[in-house]
Amino acid sequence: MSLDKTGIAKRIAQELRNGWYVNLGIGIPTLVANYIPEGIEVEFQSENGILGMGPFPFDGEEDADLINAGKQTITAMDGAVYFDSATSFAMIRGQHVQLTVLGAMEVSQDGNIANWKIPGKMVKGMGGAMDLVASADNIIVAMMHSNKAGVSKMLKECSLPLTGVGCVKKVVTNLAVLDIKDGKFHLVERAPGVSVEEIVTATAGDLVVPNHVPEMKI
Amino acid sequence: MNKVVKDKVEGLAGIESNMTIMLGGFGLCGIPENSISRLVEMGVTGLTCISNNAGVDDFGLGLLLQGKQIKKMISSYVGENDEFERQMLSGELEVDLIPQGSLAERCRAGGAGIPAFFTPAGYGTEVAEGKEVREYNGKPHILETALTADFAIVKAWKGDTAGNLVYKATARNFNPMMAMAGKITIAEVEELVPAGELNPNEIHTPGIFVQRIFQGEKFEKRIEQRTTRQKH
Repeated sequence: MSLDKTGIAKRIAQELRNGWYVNLGIGIPTLVANYIPEGIEVEFQSENGILGMGPFPFDGEEDADLINAGKQTITAMDGAVYFDSATSFAMIRGQHVQLTVLGAMEVSQDGNIANWKIPGKMVKGMGGAMDLVASADNIIVAMMHSNKAGVSKMLKECSLPLTGVGCVKKVVTNLAVLDIKDGKFHLVERAPGVSVEEIVTATAGDLVVPNHVPEMKI
Repeated sequence: MNKVVKDKVEGLAGIESNMTIMLGGFGLCGIPENSISRLVEMGVTGLTCISNNAGVDDFGLGLLLQGKQIKKMISSYVGENDEFERQMLSGELEVDLIPQGSLAERCRAGGAGIPAFFTPAGYGTEVAEGKEVREYNGKPHILETALTADFAIVKAWKGDTAGNLVYKATARNFNPMMAMAGKITIAEVEELVPAGELNPNEIHTPGIFVQRIFQGEKFEKRIEQRTTRQKH
């Protein structure tokens, strides 16, 4: 069975390492914060200007001045700090943030990512995504393997306007964990109960499949 | 130096049609809402607005869009606003979308006397079209230029009569850089105190960047995405 959004978030949470500063994008990435492994301490950065982001506030305790980059009300952990947008992107561009997790509409086998625009249909803007993908050393894309129409989002080349080039090294989908290197997708793990054939079929780009593909442990 | 003006009417005096205006805020958080309502009253049109977002349909910069007062928006993210999308797709509204970090740094540069800088953000995308590319440390970067404005309008939590500002939580966002980049910077604050009451160690924006300051009449502080959890 393929993973749901929570499953994808749980698998990505296993990539967290002690002492990391982490930026989580909107959507599935936001859920990663709910599944930090035991014994691991990380701090979440939100690019609108907080380090040490905490969980959503209790009902009635919302503060209009305290939000995340998705404009949701949040709380601040002990030791949190607020800063302006230029300082925030100094943290990001200056590679002081160890991991960025973000969603995508398309990823290509050479590590390109598209997630900000569908010409003629949707133009919301890139927000901080271009700065994040251009600078982060360690980017994980969290997304469904195919779109709602069943078309693969793992492509030879992106068809939508790009957000960044050659920047994605790891993708976690509802079907698999894949690394991107040498211009190809490499199958690393498959979701529980998902066959290698299913993943091959759902991947439009070139996919390297090793002899043994372990099942994810969620 | 006393920077205090009576109210939003006096605060925004001199803003004319076709000017370029910077407005602080991220979403609806930290926006100068009293000043925006004054811009609606003034009826100025043909504005170029530099602001990370464009508000929602019935609040923030969305109010200026409704009155067709904005000619051009320079932003990083403009979702959640149907009227914006309609005006953009119909060609009534010019839109320049900029990566958020580049937008922040371009404002900072404008205020800091740095005319341009190289950044990796946007390389290889349509943002890079027509821009100079240079390699540093083996990585391509694009040239981005500074932004300034005829007026910058910022919102702070507390301010003093000398124009020193303190922001609250994530309502700080773009306000400090925009305060630096305005030829004339107007600060609307929730609480205006006499000079000497704010701790100089804890001031975020030094008063030198602020020409006019007033206490806002009313702050609605609308929340865009109210998200909570239940007490167990």
